[in-house]
Amino acid sequence: MTPSRLRFDHRYLAPILVTVVLVVGQVAFGFLESWSRTFLAIGTAIGIELLLGRLFAGKWPHLASAYISGISVGMLVRSPAIWPYALCSAISITSKYVLRVKGRHIWNPSNFGVVAMLVLAADTVAGLSVQWGNNLLPMAIVWAFGTVILYTLGRLHITVTYVVSFVLFAALRAALTGHPFLSEVAPITGPMYQLFIFFMITDPKTTVRPRWAQCLVVFLVAAVEAVFRLLEFVHAPYYALFVVGPAANLVEVALSQRRTTQAASACTPLPALARTQGDTT
Amino acid sequence: MKRYARFVLAIVFVGMLLTPFLIRRLGSRTQAPAPSAEQNASWPYGFRLTESSKAAGLEFVHEAPTLDSKLAHIMPQVASMGAAVSIVDVDADGLADMYVTNSREGSSNRLFRNKGDGRFEDVAGRLGIADLNRPGTGVSMGSVWGDYDNDGFEDLFLYRWGRPELFHNDRGQGFTRISEQTGLPEWANINAAVWVDFDRDGRLDLFMGGYYAETINLWKLADTKMMPESFEYANNGGRKYLFRNLGGGRFEEVSARAGIASRRWALAAVAADLKGDGYPSLFVANDYGVSELFVNENGRFREAGREAGVGYAPKSGMNASVGDVLNQGRFAIYVSNISEEGILLQGNNLWMPDGDTGDVPRYENLARAMGVDLGGWSFGAQFGDLNNDGFLDLYLVNGYVSASREESYWYDYSKIAGAHRLVISDAKNWPAMGSRSLAGYQQKRVWISDGAGRFIDVAQMVGATDRFDGRAVALADLFNRGALDVVVANQRGPLLAYRNDVTPANGWIAFDLEGACRDDKTSAPCTNRSAIGAQVTLFWNGQQQLQEVSGGSGFCAQNQRRLHFGLGAGATVEKAIVRWPSGKMQELVRPQPNRVHRIAEPA
Repeated sequence: MTPSRLRFDHRYLAPILVTVVLVVGQVAFGFLESWSRTFLAIGTAIGIELLLGRLFAGKWPHLASAYISGISVGMLVRSPAIWPYALCSAISITSKYVLRVKGRHIWNPSNFGVVAMLVLAADTVAGLSVQWGNNLLPMAIVWAFGTVILYTLGRLHITVTYVVSFVLFAALRAALTGHPFLSEVAPITGPMYQLFIFFMITDPKTTVRPRWAQCLVVFLVAAVEAVFRLLEFVHAPYYALFVVGPAANLVEVALSQRRTTQAASACTPLPALARTQGDTT
Repeated sequence: MKRYARFVLAIVFVGMLLTPFLIRRLGSRTQAPAPSAEQNASWPYGFRLTESSKAAGLEFVHEAPTLDSKLAHIMPQVASMGAAVSIVDVDADGLADMYVTNSREGSSNRLFRNKGDGRFEDVAGRLGIADLNRPGTGVSMGSVWGDYDNDGFEDLFLYRWGRPELFHNDRGQGFTRISEQTGLPEWANINAAVWVDFDRDGRLDLFMGGYYAETINLWKLADTKMMPESFEYANNGGRKYLFRNLGGGRFEEVSARAGIASRRWALAAVAADLKGDGYPSLFVANDYGVSELFVNENGRFREAGREAGVGYAPKSGMNASVGDVLNQGRFAIYVSNISEEGILLQGNNLWMPDGDTGDVPRYENLARAMGVDLGGWSFGAQFGDLNNDGFLDLYLVNGYVSASREESYWYDYSKIAGAHRLVISDAKNWPAMGSRSLAGYQQKRVWISDGAGRFIDVAQMVGATDRFDGRAVALADLFNRGALDVVVANQRGPLLAYRNDVTPANGWIAFDLEGACRDDKTSAPCTNRSAIGAQVTLFWNGQQQLQEVSGGSGFCAQNQRRLHFGLGAGATVEKAIVRWPSGKMQELVRPQPNRVHRIAEPA
């Protein structure tokens, strides 16, 4: 067996982490609406990914992304009905294939799916908004796993920047509203934020490329979220990422295109000039 | 080719986004259909409710307590319970009276005695059970009635955030406080209590469930760390008590010995024979956590919520009531929770019996499928055949804090609800509520059953149109007309009495049961005189329905002990089988419809 065969595929790290979140949360506290609904969400996401990937890319896709989307939907969506779990997964995955600019999907799939459900099916769907358990251990486990895995993947700076920004904006909100600082920080201690900061905002496919820009974007996500929170939007983080994420991606796409155009212009000599040069040499 | 595929996919994607809208349009789940042609225009749903409290002399407005000033910033939501109602025939004259609690310090509770002419009179002061909210003793949260000494008169157990009290009913002429000799705790914050003869010795025992920990005096807080440690996994609530009746007005606290140990935040409890073996099990609906099912194994309890399927998916349980929803001879359990569009959709639970009744009954939540999942911020609910069509309907009240119509506390509530215990458990971390509403001004639900597993909300059509913050619901035939009237106790609101006028086309039959025990000193095989725990299975028109006399159900409520069955049109009753807690069986052949049958347990 060659060393290359032993190399671990880093694409499995995030699925492992999200599975840890799921198992810790459910086994310890039973925080899922039900296993069957979560499996429905995962199964739908994987099924549609396989179908659309084969159809549009001509090959069987790697399923890590779909698995994360499905499992995120299974945990983040709260509904007494069953269909929202399947529909949210379906919208999430399909959005990757429909909402594309220059070959790149610009919304984080599960963020798009969850926001779509919260806006379009508010009578049937709510977000995960409660704590799990009464002690720090499960949260510490998830944070420890998450930190190691994100560090390995080179994306820990995104999460750290967001958390620091969130806390700073929480202090600002507390000063503006007169509410206790701890009540403003409180949401980030919940499981919803653990999914949000470890998976949604760090998604490689829907974040901008430069490290400094990644930090800037999540800072802006936290800033927009703070505005939404001051306006008393319960699902502020989802909406903030929904707005800022694609905007940042579009800016990057536009800049990239302009650079490509400029590069092409710089590298492609004008025929007349070439002739002159040729003539010169 | 791919371009076309992408176009098709885009169309499908738009279709996906439109799906919730289409489901809303197509789904008529929560809306009542227009009355069919064969339905009498005067009785589109078989009954009408008319709010008649003033006409009946039931004028009462609940007032909330003012707790420690450390809680001033969130006072409206902390002081959000205490409106309760229980139905009792206090003077054994065959008419349903009612006891209503108040919660302002210094306020009076009311005992509305039924005069038999359609009006009630308050006799609480005269009988000595009005002035029960004195500062320093706590304030009333609810009451349950049961004849603990089998003397033929229902006795009063009053539970409070404070000192619980037991009053002996002196033949309907007055009450004697006997709390000291009973061993009741000096202080406990109780929101759930039921009378139950758990060991079937013919003497009524008493279960009560704490909400806040009993070490907390809400008027003299040592600190502000008295809130739940989690919105869904809290285990820092009040303890549970089980007082075994020893006779002679003495009780013994046996919860630990009997297998009941829990510090969840109990808000409702109901006792019923869920296993079919004659022993009543206890179902406890807990706020901030899962429900608990204490199955009764020959007089000893075992918590079997997970085995039964009800102990997963923690919610905000605020009601526990039982009913034979599908006329299959087995009880379903209804638990109310919180549902707010787009914010928190716990959905209420209708735990339907699933599979055979064994050592532990199994349940499946079919609230969604049967259309009784979404109410609002739901509190009390009761099953009862409101239109006498032969199937149990469901009355549910909703609404938490109705204050400002413009400003909502939901956002701030959602922040703190997701917080870690170090944050959520300390009231000082909770944002100030001010004059904002939290799930206020909500509609009620009157779900009528179609008998085939679907319920339809007809509240607005039949007259249940109030928007008060409903807490307790109790059903009773207040005027002995063969119809279940509805009494609703509202927090910081008026007591409502909905007179129920039912289509005369539908028949009914009712049973007043009386157990054979005549004193409380013997353990002879007889049933407590209140007949709490006795079951009647009625067989008519090829169907059957099971009902059980309850010592308290719903939220801080107790229905009339009389068992009322609707029969539908042109019914002939085949038989009624009474199963007494003593183990005796009794069969009534072809009992006459449209009358109340008084049945005494054979000696």
